[in-house]
Amino acid sequence: MRYTQLMDDNVREMLATIGAGSVDALFRDVPADIRMTGDLALPAAMSEPELRAHLSALASKNRTTDALVCFLGAGAYDHFIPSVVDAMISQGSFLTAYTPYQAEASQGSLQAFYEFQTMVCQLTGMDVANASLYELGSAAAEAVLMAHGASSKREVVMAASIHEHVRKVVHTYCRDLSLELREVKTERGSIQTDIQVLKDSIGAGTAAVLVQSPNFFGQIEPLDKIAGLCKEAGATLIVATDPIGCGLLKRPGDLGADIVVAEGQPLGIPLQMGGPWCGLMAARESFLRRMPGRVVGRTVDQSGRPAYCLALQTREQHIRRAKATSNICTNQGLMALRVAIHTAALGRSGIATVARMCFDKAHYAARRIAELPGYAMPYSGPFFKEFVVRCEKPVEKVTAACRAEGILAGVALGDFYTEMGDCMLVAVTEKRTREEIDRFVDALKRA
Amino acid sequence: MTRLGPDSGEALIFEKSVPGACAVDLGASDVPATEPRDTIPAALLADRPPPLPEVGELELVRHYARLGSRLFSVDAHFYPLGSCTMKYNPRVNEWAAGLAGFNALHPLQADEDMQGVLELLYNLHVYLAEIAGLDKVSLQPAAGAHGEMTSLMLVNAYHAEHGGIRPNVLTTDTAHGTNPASCTICGRNAIPVKSRPDGLVDLDDLRTKANDKTAALMITSPNTVGKFDGQIKKMADILHERGAMLYLDGANMNAVLGITRPGDFGVDVMHYNTHKTFSTPHGCGGPGAGPIAVSKELAPYLPVPQVEKRSDGTYYLDGDRPKSIGKVRTFFGQVGVLVRCYTYIRALGPDGLRDVSEKAVLAANYLAACFKGVPGYALPFDGPYCHEFILKPKLGGGLRVLDYAKRLIDFGIHPPTMEWPIHGTLMIEPTETESKATLDAFVVAMKQIAKEAVESPETLKAAPSGSWIERADEVAASRKPNLRWKGD
Repeated sequence: MRYTQLMDDNVREMLATIGAGSVDALFRDVPADIRMTGDLALPAAMSEPELRAHLSALASKNRTTDALVCFLGAGAYDHFIPSVVDAMISQGSFLTAYTPYQAEASQGSLQAFYEFQTMVCQLTGMDVANASLYELGSAAAEAVLMAHGASSKREVVMAASIHEHVRKVVHTYCRDLSLELREVKTERGSIQTDIQVLKDSIGAGTAAVLVQSPNFFGQIEPLDKIAGLCKEAGATLIVATDPIGCGLLKRPGDLGADIVVAEGQPLGIPLQMGGPWCGLMAARESFLRRMPGRVVGRTVDQSGRPAYCLALQTREQHIRRAKATSNICTNQGLMALRVAIHTAALGRSGIATVARMCFDKAHYAARRIAELPGYAMPYSGPFFKEFVVRCEKPVEKVTAACRAEGILAGVALGDFYTEMGDCMLVAVTEKRTREEIDRFVDALKRA
Repeated sequence: MTRLGPDSGEALIFEKSVPGACAVDLGASDVPATEPRDTIPAALLADRPPPLPEVGELELVRHYARLGSRLFSVDAHFYPLGSCTMKYNPRVNEWAAGLAGFNALHPLQADEDMQGVLELLYNLHVYLAEIAGLDKVSLQPAAGAHGEMTSLMLVNAYHAEHGGIRPNVLTTDTAHGTNPASCTICGRNAIPVKSRPDGLVDLDDLRTKANDKTAALMITSPNTVGKFDGQIKKMADILHERGAMLYLDGANMNAVLGITRPGDFGVDVMHYNTHKTFSTPHGCGGPGAGPIAVSKELAPYLPVPQVEKRSDGTYYLDGDRPKSIGKVRTFFGQVGVLVRCYTYIRALGPDGLRDVSEKAVLAANYLAACFKGVPGYALPFDGPYCHEFILKPKLGGGLRVLDYAKRLIDFGIHPPTMEWPIHGTLMIEPTETESKATLDAFVVAMKQIAKEAVESPETLKAAPSGSWIERADEVAASRKPNLRWKGD
């Protein structure tokens, strides 16, 4: 298949206008000793029917969450996406538009991003939000850099109960910078952050404290107490959260967070094996000028009409270059629009309904699993939509048995923590029916 | 193509909110209720739901349909944006990425459940390494700038292990802003190398500035003024002699597919922009992807995980890479975008990819030739051009490049890149997918604007007058930031 539309006659006319004898002559600045003499060693082109058959064949080799009942979580969730989201996001205009640098040619997307920013603030209880970052890991890292930049302090304290990928990304972002990262372990027998240990770790040199709630294990952290500690020490509190949880739990902004980051995937973005998703970032007004990425502002045009445009671009790389707040250019535009449409579709009552359904279904599943011989809930702290199950039988046997019955049981925590090799992490969203949960419990019983 | 003119705008979705409305019906819960107050401390429970807007499904659809009708897009408009490669976004790519087999996969499912997508990603590594002429690829970076950052981290890791950390990275004075910004985010000092008047790198300046404190030089090739700098191999030698590396910003790869390969001209590490070269859609500013290709020396430091293939032909995700710099994002990468990229490469094949570059370069040189001798415009650099070229409007009467750009909007054409890398110019990249008629219409519009610039400059200064709004006051937007609706 080719998408070029310049036919032989066109080529002839164009070469004549240029005054060149051939297309090859246009490449004369490329030195002969680096010109390719043969073709790229790639498979031959395909017609559209061949292409579709090929991709269909590859796709059919995957076992999806459409075919298998998904109780996997750990930062990626099988939530219900109403049909209207796909319908509105597939408009060719949203799909194929460019970054809205030319405001007069981009009012539709600019307004949609302004609304997105507003909804992110409404969900998190914060003052300002940007128009998206890549995903939660880099968002958390950028938040750390923001806090460091604002305070010039070098220490960063991270809870060990944060998702391992997020912690790894923060470490990678900081590896070439002179920041000191410290992880606060959780107490034995608990998978929440130990407040006393945290208190001992925070000092005058602490730029930021990074926690996640609900944490990697699904448990709700005592953000109110953590915020108190940070305030005393003058450290920036960065909270990584689940935006769905904000429909039931007190928002991080209402609990004293300074910067909130989240993964937007649960809000209308399909799993897609991990991406593209949508990093959410919101902060207190005082952090605005340090914020990475695009922000859309509302202004007026020459005749006083309401108009939207990119604002505070002097923070960004295309203006500030080496002194920019970040290097980010392309963000997750279309995914942010998905989040906006999905969030607007749910609205105030819908987000509360989804959050409560996740909570009820996860607690129903946990109660039923806890009743089974051979399974236990090792941690008693409050949880939202995910919980840890300890298995007497080897976890691989349990998950294999469930898989044989068409069920994706929990994430094997031994893959993340060697000391938790007998545990799995089970997530239950509003999409799981009672019948599916009961079938899962039966499969566990028989495993 | 002109439009009707400014309209009365579109209300915010919050202004359309009606208490109790909701556009999603999830049905009633089929499990017994659990009282949150029984387990969650009251201090951590919300008193009320977040104050999100409340609209019914039709109001939601109407809102986003109307927003969707208030912007330019490649589907409907010509976008000659230099360095952005706004080519057609094939619909078969959308179809492929939308298949449940790719779309409905949890990233932590067992490798056995994902053999199809792992095969796709493995082969994509191979293709991108081949096109680059390099050894190994990481598909993890989420965008070009992310790829730049990742690449610099690899270079840093290499130097840390071989002779010690090097604090400086050389960029060019014509580099995309992400280049120096990426240096900063990696704790390097960005030092610009001068360009000659003809747009090529000043080799003497490079020789002076490159030393044993230089980690790498970041170069764009073809360069950002649209020329292929034939000195590139010499530049590679200068750096390698000093133990430094050559990094290629691959934003302009659309000009050289199947023509030359970065690995063949001395590049050690590069990034691609799939949303430029490989047709993945721009989506109003992403998602893109910024895969990187590296030499053997840098391969051990690549992010985890990598897709690997066993001798029995099965694929798996390999996290066992002791020298890896770690992760630059959660999970694997922008898989949905990479499916589109893979589909594009399989559709075109080697001949099709070379055709892309040939036609992209032909289209750019044709447009440039159309402007030669046109009063009102100058070409500051001589041809031949690669896939883009710089055009300088003969400004006068208080006109700026911005005024030309805004007037183009009235013609239904998205403005080219303004004022970068050279002040007072436009950078034009037609790409290979436009028809000759579209190219010719662009030239007609530009000639008309040049005429207006002389005869009625106020038309340009007042532009656009045929779009949904007149010119926006961007200064006020930043002076008094209003970044969210506050009516709640």
